[in-house]
Amino acid sequence: MSNVLVILETAGGQIRPHSLPGITCAAEIARATGKPLHLLVLGAQPDAAAQAIAAAGYGAAAVHTLAAPALEPFTAEAWADAIVHAARTLGASIIGGTASSTLRDALPRAAAILDAPLVSEVVKVKSGDTFVRPISAGRALQDQKVNAGTFFFTARGTEFEHAQPSGAVPVQAVAPAAVNARGAVVQGVQKTESSRPQLTEAKVIVSGGRGMREGANFKSLEQLTDLLGGALGASRAATDAGMVPADLQVGQTGKIVAPDLYFAVAISGAIQHLAGMKGSKTIVAINKDAEAPIFQVADYGLVGKWEEAVPRLIELIKARKGAA
Amino acid sequence: MKILVCVKRIPDPDESLKFAGGGLDYSASKWVPNAFDEYAIETALRLAEVVGGTQRLAEVIVLGIGPESQRQQLTQFLAMGADRGIIVDADPDKLDTATVSKLIAAVFKKEACDLLVAGKLSQDNEGGQVPQRVAGLLDVPQASFAATIEWDQGAKVLTVGREVDDGVEVKRVPLPAVVSVDLRIVLPKSVKNGSTPATHAYQEGPRLASLKGITMAKRKPVAVLKPADLGVAVGGNEQVVGIAAPPARKAGQKVKTVEELFEKLTKEAKVI
Repeated sequence: MSNVLVILETAGGQIRPHSLPGITCAAEIARATGKPLHLLVLGAQPDAAAQAIAAAGYGAAAVHTLAAPALEPFTAEAWADAIVHAARTLGASIIGGTASSTLRDALPRAAAILDAPLVSEVVKVKSGDTFVRPISAGRALQDQKVNAGTFFFTARGTEFEHAQPSGAVPVQAVAPAAVNARGAVVQGVQKTESSRPQLTEAKVIVSGGRGMREGANFKSLEQLTDLLGGALGASRAATDAGMVPADLQVGQTGKIVAPDLYFAVAISGAIQHLAGMKGSKTIVAINKDAEAPIFQVADYGLVGKWEEAVPRLIELIKARKGAA
Repeated sequence: MKILVCVKRIPDPDESLKFAGGGLDYSASKWVPNAFDEYAIETALRLAEVVGGTQRLAEVIVLGIGPESQRQQLTQFLAMGADRGIIVDADPDKLDTATVSKLIAAVFKKEACDLLVAGKLSQDNEGGQVPQRVAGLLDVPQASFAATIEWDQGAKVLTVGREVDDGVEVKRVPLPAVVSVDLRIVLPKSVKNGSTPATHAYQEGPRLASLKGITMAKRKPVAVLKPADLGVAVGGNEQVVGIAAPPARKAGQKVKTVEELFEKLTKEAKVI
């Protein structure tokens, strides 16, 4: 019987949290199609992570491992080989996971090798073959139907809950396969060092835009961020101007985020920025221009200068914390 | 060295969308090049040209898939500096992502190209699949979401800085290969080809066509191919069955003071 296969990412012997929404999306597809849910862990030594994942179960029938030295560090080339091999071996007909930079790189390649369609950035499962996905910077939602025996999907991480532990399931090893990086070599990842939560995981995000004028001014946003235990973000105008590193960019061309609380400070609200944050639960906009489009999506809008508003807000929050 | 760049035209993303009959009405839309495809052409040109010299290190071929009337869209890229164009004459509404990828891969093979440079995303459909699919079909290495490229001509290798969730990954890919480009590839010093002085700073963004470029573009060859010429069957197993506007956010409220904002956040929204 064919099944639904979710590709997971792991680090330090654990599932990476951003993989969990992909399981939830796949579980909905599994329910809609009546197919069993299976999980796949790839790596040089995937066993420890697979055991930890199998202990949680996440509603799957089994956790599978595929081990090969060439699977670490990640390359789309080797991962696509492994995913194709595992899909064939396990008889998977629906293959996917969270739309991270890793799976956005590897899954289309694997889909092409299997001559299968891929539905990207699914935000809702309508039925076993029809999915809702945003297009044109989130200004429209498209219902896409696939008419194929085998297909792939990626799930937008902000639109599905994290999968919850259910109960232990078995771990099974997929027979090894020839996987290789086609001569590509990963030399490393230059990470932006930060003690703050990841943008895509944070409950609170404080973002600054063009109106911050220079990088040094982000200090005051950082203070607000840390007071709230949040992550720092930025609009494309701010990252392009070099005020903060590029990977802080929120928007169609940056990170898609949906925290409980989003502060847009000195951000005008270009369509491409809104596409990355309008799923946030509560949006606060602080901008001196009363006509800025950001006010159209903000739950609370304050027309005023950030230079005055942000320090005052910090004072009020500190006072409350002191009193508590 | 031959560099293929695939380009697509899209309805102007700055125009508002017109919903009609369960779909989008583009009949009155202004059509513009996808911004990431303009970045792809700029990238290819920076790889191909030697600033301060006259030699060209690569031929740049621009590929459009769509009705033959799209020739005008290619003219703009030829005017920027691409050497010649190819149009695969087909109705884009009848092509799914998988078929488009097959057509691009077939042209890459037919022309014996060394590198495909493509935008990482089209701003209208936002599939984000085509370059990776082409790499898979060609069985060549890929570097997606490129922010920087350095070309080692002797080793025939590109060192690519890729925008990933955790930061920037540095990946070396031997040619032939597929590279998809992200925004920051058009910063002044993002592309180094080993011949243009490494200190050279380009003007940020894709270049504008010069008057001379526009005149020359008209004389540059544009070949027209049919999907059948490339041995690719047109069809698809994806179907759009509906398009709707996303639910609007509830109208928000303006607050007059920081104190009022703080009050709302703590007592009403209860998020602080």
